[in-house]
Amino acid sequence: MADFQSLDVLRRSASTETTPQIRAHPEVAKLIDVSRCIGCKACQAACMEWNDLRDDVGYFEGSYNNPGDLDPSTWTLMRFTEWEDPKGNLEWLIRKDGCMHCAEPGCLEACPSPGAIVQYANGIVDFISENCIGCGYCVKGCPFNIPRISQADHKAYKCTLCSDRVAVGMEPACVKACPTGAILFGTKSDMTAWAGERVEDLKSRGFDEAGLYDPAGVGGTHVMYVLHHADTPSIYAGLPDQPSISPVVQAWKGVMKPIAMAGLAFTAVVGFVHWMVAGPNEVQPEDEARGRDVLNEKQP
Amino acid sequence: MTNTWQDIKNANVILVMGGNAAEAHPCGFKWVVEAKMHNHARLVVVDPRFTRTASVADLYAPIRPGTDIAFLNGVMRYLIGKDAIQHEYVASFTNASLIVKEGFGFQDGLFSGFSPEKNDYDRSSWDYELGEDGFVKSDPTLQHPRCVYNLLKQHVDRYTPEMVERVCGTPQDKFLAVCELIATTAAPDKALTSMYALGWTQHSVGSQNIRAMAMVQLLLGNIGVAGGGMNALRGHSNIQGLTDVGLLSNLMPGYLNLPKDSEPSFADYMKTRAFRPLRPGQTSFWQNYGKFIVSLQKSNYGAVATADNDWAYDYLPKLDVPTYDILRAFELMAQGKINGYICQGFNPLQSFPNKKKIRAALGKLKFLVVMDPLETETASFWQNHGDKNPSDPSKIATEVFVLPTTCFAEEDGSLTNSSRWLQWHWKAADAPGEAKSDIAIMSGLFRRMRAMYAKDGGAFPDPILNLTWNYTNPIEPGPDELAREMNGKALVEVKDASGAVTLRAGQLLDGFAQLRDDGTTASGCWIYSGCWTERGNMMARRDATDPRDQGLAPNWAFAWPVNRRILYNRASADPSGKPWNPAKPLIQWNGSAWSGIDVPDYGPAVKPEAGVGPFIMLAEGMARLFARDQMREGPYPEHYEPFESPVPNLLHPKVGPNPVARVFAGDRADFGTAEQFPYVGTTYRLTEHFHFWTKHAKINAILQPEEFIEISEVLAKEKGIAQGEWVRLSSNRGFVVCKAYVTKRLKPMLVDGKPIHTIGMPIHWGFTGAARKGFGANVLTPFVGDANAETPEFKAFLVNVEKAAVPVA
Repeated sequence: MADFQSLDVLRRSASTETTPQIRAHPEVAKLIDVSRCIGCKACQAACMEWNDLRDDVGYFEGSYNNPGDLDPSTWTLMRFTEWEDPKGNLEWLIRKDGCMHCAEPGCLEACPSPGAIVQYANGIVDFISENCIGCGYCVKGCPFNIPRISQADHKAYKCTLCSDRVAVGMEPACVKACPTGAILFGTKSDMTAWAGERVEDLKSRGFDEAGLYDPAGVGGTHVMYVLHHADTPSIYAGLPDQPSISPVVQAWKGVMKPIAMAGLAFTAVVGFVHWMVAGPNEVQPEDEARGRDVLNEKQP
Repeated sequence: MTNTWQDIKNANVILVMGGNAAEAHPCGFKWVVEAKMHNHARLVVVDPRFTRTASVADLYAPIRPGTDIAFLNGVMRYLIGKDAIQHEYVASFTNASLIVKEGFGFQDGLFSGFSPEKNDYDRSSWDYELGEDGFVKSDPTLQHPRCVYNLLKQHVDRYTPEMVERVCGTPQDKFLAVCELIATTAAPDKALTSMYALGWTQHSVGSQNIRAMAMVQLLLGNIGVAGGGMNALRGHSNIQGLTDVGLLSNLMPGYLNLPKDSEPSFADYMKTRAFRPLRPGQTSFWQNYGKFIVSLQKSNYGAVATADNDWAYDYLPKLDVPTYDILRAFELMAQGKINGYICQGFNPLQSFPNKKKIRAALGKLKFLVVMDPLETETASFWQNHGDKNPSDPSKIATEVFVLPTTCFAEEDGSLTNSSRWLQWHWKAADAPGEAKSDIAIMSGLFRRMRAMYAKDGGAFPDPILNLTWNYTNPIEPGPDELAREMNGKALVEVKDASGAVTLRAGQLLDGFAQLRDDGTTASGCWIYSGCWTERGNMMARRDATDPRDQGLAPNWAFAWPVNRRILYNRASADPSGKPWNPAKPLIQWNGSAWSGIDVPDYGPAVKPEAGVGPFIMLAEGMARLFARDQMREGPYPEHYEPFESPVPNLLHPKVGPNPVARVFAGDRADFGTAEQFPYVGTTYRLTEHFHFWTKHAKINAILQPEEFIEISEVLAKEKGIAQGEWVRLSSNRGFVVCKAYVTKRLKPMLVDGKPIHTIGMPIHWGFTGAARKGFGANVLTPFVGDANAETPEFKAFLVNVEKAAVPVA
């Protein structure tokens, strides 16, 4: 495997500076070919095995989605959608949901805790639990609704893209387990090229709108989908058509940050000017006397 | 499988009908994806439900459960009508040109020779017309009105697209689209693969379902070629191996069959198994039947089996009924005629039909021995679990012994997969607790029984006392030693006609061609001969080198027979020996011998002009579009309704279900009617679970936690059932209370103008394990099997559904 295993940090939450890099690394990507996926959930089982996660045994809730949603113990989830095209032909759209590892991660952007979320040089976005304060801002910051806060330890969890495996030259556990090769892993450029071939094949089978999902609104992602209907991603269990970081987060960490800094600076400057002009606020003898009275009254 | 898993990648069209490969065989399904990606293959799915396989298919057509023969006969009519058949293949390699004798006929749903009293046929008219030379007459021009081809044409003529739609509920446009795609593979260089499983076998016409598809494949010239074949996807790891070594009650290892009580002597037995060619110059493996059975008897009884005692023929049990299949066994148990039962790696309380009957039958036993790595429902059949397993333990006297066994990862051995590959595996961990290997347990039982017979005698102790048991460790024979025993060896020095020594005494055989009928060789399973030779354990080979990249990998493990990867591969070449598809050849005639990437399924030096047919297991050397007397329902497949059906048989209302299927009297009374049970029920597996095992594993239980049924949106609306609500699903044999999955993937079908609803039920839940407790689908299913193999009809029966209250926990 190529040199994917960098844990050099590209970005760090709530930090303006990162360590300079002495190495250059290719960006990695996981390509999920929805048109080859049979929804067997081997990826889900492998994720549970590798990360040692066990949810509770749940209930049947009206679909093959089990557990019913992502949660702190379920970092990837097959979502099944029964969809009929305008002609009434049924398609069963099965999408493996999980962290998209955005190039511009909304979670990292929103995170107020220094170093709780990092982006490695290979593109993986990872949560560093020891720095996590459980505030849940990453949940608000994520355009894909992925992170979940654990009620047990009040920390945020999501897919790590098996950063621990990738760090030692292995592919993510879900990729290894997939029996039909629907999940592939490699450099982002290789995955993009391969997706192109898959899209051509799908077009030859009548899927005119087949395409690659690598949304520009988040700077592209390091988990990409080959979709038969790339013109309407939202039919795949609500995959955002045009994801972007929430305006609130953007404003808070974007426009608001300099404004707030300016506000702080303004306060300091005004205070200094006031001090220069009005002088320091000193205690007068009357104040001392009033204070003594108060104290005396309070004594028994 | 006639072909292999890997070979599926060579297909141009893949038909998944009678199975759900993506769901039940996700790992093997990678080869379908491979065919789609690299061979531009088209995937066609015909199924009552829009399955996980359908979700990646190019074309999906719905079909009413239990009407596959009507569909396939319709396909044959289409192919013949459009002349989309591979002419030279059909004329040269099938029995299309052979003449059927006068007197054979078909009328109003019955073939000639039916006896309503016996519910069976006199099959003597289902045969060829023979000439004075004793060989079958033929008309290579296919003009003779009684040639197999014209009779077939006439037989399937009733199955028009309109009739297919009326019977199967498949819209004509969908049916014709499937036919069109299938027809493209009639080209000599195109292949269609048929992938099927229990969706075809679990019907009262199961064997004929498969036969109908095999006939489609023969008309298209797709048997014996790369990317073609009839590919049965076996449902358990090593169930192929179990079948090979004599799983069925009427079989012995290597598909040799048990004698009947009408065959008191070895000579009688051999008379009906002797090979008599029906065309000049034909050869057959079955010519060697005597060598196989004598070597088996020598393997079992050693020096005690001699020519003088007819190779210990008297030791073999003689069948007084066609089979002691599992349905008959439980019927006898229910009648109190079987009173002890050893249940090895089997959970009949969950897996056999009419759970109430199974439970009652087990309760009549004196003793039940359960050998299994897991806790099974069968071992706890006597426990009361309310509606899920109602029982009064105080009234059950059965003594139950549970003997924990090792599982595959806790022992060495070989597993035979669907591709007929024997793959050796190595122990990975010690077994927990008191678990012992099945071999150790069976050895223990045998040794104690033998000691008792030796001490106390008995009516006929000889077969037990004389059984060969010369293992290094008689308490637990090693899997390697057993494998060598199956492979076979020379018992004495064997010489050829010139007197040269060909095998020294004790030498392991290279293959079954070395077997002899004079008692000088032994082999426990002739088709496995070659698996462990003087060169070592062939099953342990792991060389994935793949000449021509066609997925054969001849040095990976061992495939029976004789490491042949694709059966009937002589048919991959035209009569002159040139490959039909030069891009994917298997074997071809090189002027002096058959050569290629596979082991020829043919005499390696038999010249093409010798006229020996490629189907060398058969007396005419040709594949049978007309089955002669080999199938109990008739030589051509005919549509018969399931035993519980919502509609009469539109083709012949007087003959509804399979006229020759066996139904026990009590079970007939348990059949329901469409008035009480208006919907069609069908059962199946989900990919998240393996039968009743994985509900013991937490991850699998998380992935599919709870029992449910699947019903269409239309039926749900009619019945006022909302998504995920509790329902009561009932048949005339019992009821299940579980949640409903209201889905678009099941749609009502118009059958003869009337909407028919199908309700699906996955099978996986019971009262043991980590998943939530459930009833099990076999509460509902009918106790009737296929007329030839007695596989129960789990795929089509009648049910009713209604809303239910939330059960009290």
